[in-house]
Amino acid sequence: MKYIDEFRDGALARKLAADIRREAHPDRNYGLMEFCGGHTHAIFRYGVQGLLPDNINMIHGPGCPVCVLPIGRVDSAIELAHSPNVILCTYGDMLRVPGSNRVSLLKAKAGGADVRMIYSSADALKIAQENPDQQVVFFAIGFETTTPPTAVAILQAATMGLANFSVFSNHVLTPAAISAIMGSGEARVDGVVGPAHVSTVIGSRPYELFAEQYHMPVVIAGFEPLDVMQAILMLVRQLNEGRAEVENEFTRAVTRDGNLKAQSLVAEVFELRKTFEWRGLGWVPDSGLQIREKYAVYDAEKRFELPYQSVADHPACECSAIIRGVKKPLDCKVFGTVCTPDNPIGSCMVSSEGACAAYYTYGRYKAHE
Amino acid sequence: MSNVKRGYIRPLDLKNGQVDMTHGSGGRAMAQLIEELFLAAFDNEFLRQMNDQASFHIPAGRMVMATDSHVVSPLFFPGGDIGCLSVHGTINDVAMAGAVPLYLSASFILEEGFPLADLARIVESMAAASRIAGVPIVTGDTKVVERNKGDGVFITTTGIGVVPHGVNISGDRARPGDAIIVSGTVGDHGVAILSVRENLSFGTSIQSDTAALHGLVAAMIAAVPGIHVLRDPTRGGLATTLNEIARQSGVGMTLREIDLPIRTEVRAACEFLGLDPLYSANEGKLVAFCRQEDADVLLAAMHGHPLGQDAAVIGEVVEDDHHFVQMDTAFGGRRIVDWLTGEQLPRIC
Repeated sequence: MKYIDEFRDGALARKLAADIRREAHPDRNYGLMEFCGGHTHAIFRYGVQGLLPDNINMIHGPGCPVCVLPIGRVDSAIELAHSPNVILCTYGDMLRVPGSNRVSLLKAKAGGADVRMIYSSADALKIAQENPDQQVVFFAIGFETTTPPTAVAILQAATMGLANFSVFSNHVLTPAAISAIMGSGEARVDGVVGPAHVSTVIGSRPYELFAEQYHMPVVIAGFEPLDVMQAILMLVRQLNEGRAEVENEFTRAVTRDGNLKAQSLVAEVFELRKTFEWRGLGWVPDSGLQIREKYAVYDAEKRFELPYQSVADHPACECSAIIRGVKKPLDCKVFGTVCTPDNPIGSCMVSSEGACAAYYTYGRYKAHE
Repeated sequence: MSNVKRGYIRPLDLKNGQVDMTHGSGGRAMAQLIEELFLAAFDNEFLRQMNDQASFHIPAGRMVMATDSHVVSPLFFPGGDIGCLSVHGTINDVAMAGAVPLYLSASFILEEGFPLADLARIVESMAAASRIAGVPIVTGDTKVVERNKGDGVFITTTGIGVVPHGVNISGDRARPGDAIIVSGTVGDHGVAILSVRENLSFGTSIQSDTAALHGLVAAMIAAVPGIHVLRDPTRGGLATTLNEIARQSGVGMTLREIDLPIRTEVRAACEFLGLDPLYSANEGKLVAFCRQEDADVLLAAMHGHPLGQDAAVIGEVVEDDHHFVQMDTAFGGRRIVDWLTGEQLPRIC
């Protein structure tokens, strides 16, 4: 596959690994947080960690859309799905995330709720058109990558005058999450592998503020394994030289300003929420998006008057600490025993982008070595 | 010969007609559907007897029996349809014991309103698949369910076969040191189906690999009678099948990603959707385990058969109490190839 295989080349990987090994000072530790679940997935799927020296410690960040959604929000979606005459549409991974009492949307569906898995926001619009007598709610989640398509769906619904369509917005913002982690000072992070797809939309500029504020090197990297390794090498160099800059490894897709068209679509439809609850990070100010008053008729939270009830995580689940980069999946008592991808307790075990699922699916043989 | 004139019955409208509840009621309409559609297509000496069962003599030996229900959506897809799939699927399940498949049964659950033209197309496809495979459909059943209580048509087929003397093939016989051989490119069927799903249609030249594998199996057994394990990696793909065998046999496995035969189009489609070809279904492939010293002979026999031309040794069986299937990646790392969890889902971000 042209433009893919080049970024998975084993010979180049060995050369990069040798460069990293040579340049990383053996007497210091490099704690590098890969923000995105996409990076975590690449690291495990291709066995990147095994090519790195021991003093490079990859810390898995919160960039997994279903992982960071708090139980209260999942409960709201399940309640919506059980409302009479409602069809709830959402992306596949979201169906399996357990809410209170380990009930997921998938179980709600088995219990009679009309829950549909969709591949894009356009599918939800289509379902609304095909079912004019029912209320179709799009349970929208994700970082800046998935927000523009939701904005487009709302704008199209407005153009078409689709009265039976609404959006339960759970869109969140990457820079706010990174700042929350840096601000808490809990995780020992020396540098950040910055988001790939998110940065195609928002550009590299938004990271400049906290790179300076926290004196934290950031290298934006693609989701291919060589991208990740190149970014690690660039971070090692910045740290060795005492720099804290925003560098862009993913130049084939990311610019400093990002996708202005997508940004303007989002700005037209969404505005900042004062605060939003994240799993792991708690309530983070200015970290989520809500639908503007102008498009309020498409806001499911208003249409269905959804009250929000915060719910504590399962006491044995370490998802919160894992999302904050404080603990690793193997530090969790229920990892791989009670909590598995088939029977997840925490959200990190659900999505293939979640740290626990990646450890379990690709890397758990290491625990037995 | 009787002089009684047979009452006129309007022939089935195979162009514009639909299945209705009378086609499952046991009355004349059902008899007509069976005669004009099923008997006409599947015609053989057993069906012509018009009994509720087929009666036949069987060769001596160990018999195997397998059954498989088919609920594929959409019913027609690039490279096949639910009809030929339902014949191939059961023949393959019988053949994976090393058996020679002899007879099939077919049971249809039809939904009220299902177009007779589509049913005729499906039945013709089954008949052709059965004829080409040389395995007749000797008995069957038809039921009709009310509209919205089915999905057009469900087909359950059952097959029996006889295992040649001296052949002992079973999922619990993989041994450390065994070579793991796959008969061709993996993931084709799953991607072909995805490409025509209503909400995900994308342009591709990929066709389902649906095929009856008993001919290939016969050629393999002739070359290496001592094959340890055969299995067709259908739902859940190659990854799930290997994990099943690892657990059944109490062994581990190591694969080499670089040796896996995967079509570029399949890799590209999976890449685009965030899926893994190792978990994508196959309907005309098998995976074989044999002693390392038999691998070359077996591989040569497979290469000599039209359905085994892309066969490749992809790894070997190892001792491992955890029964992990691991893979050396083309990238130079190593990872687990785990069971499929839930359904394969495209990634969000």
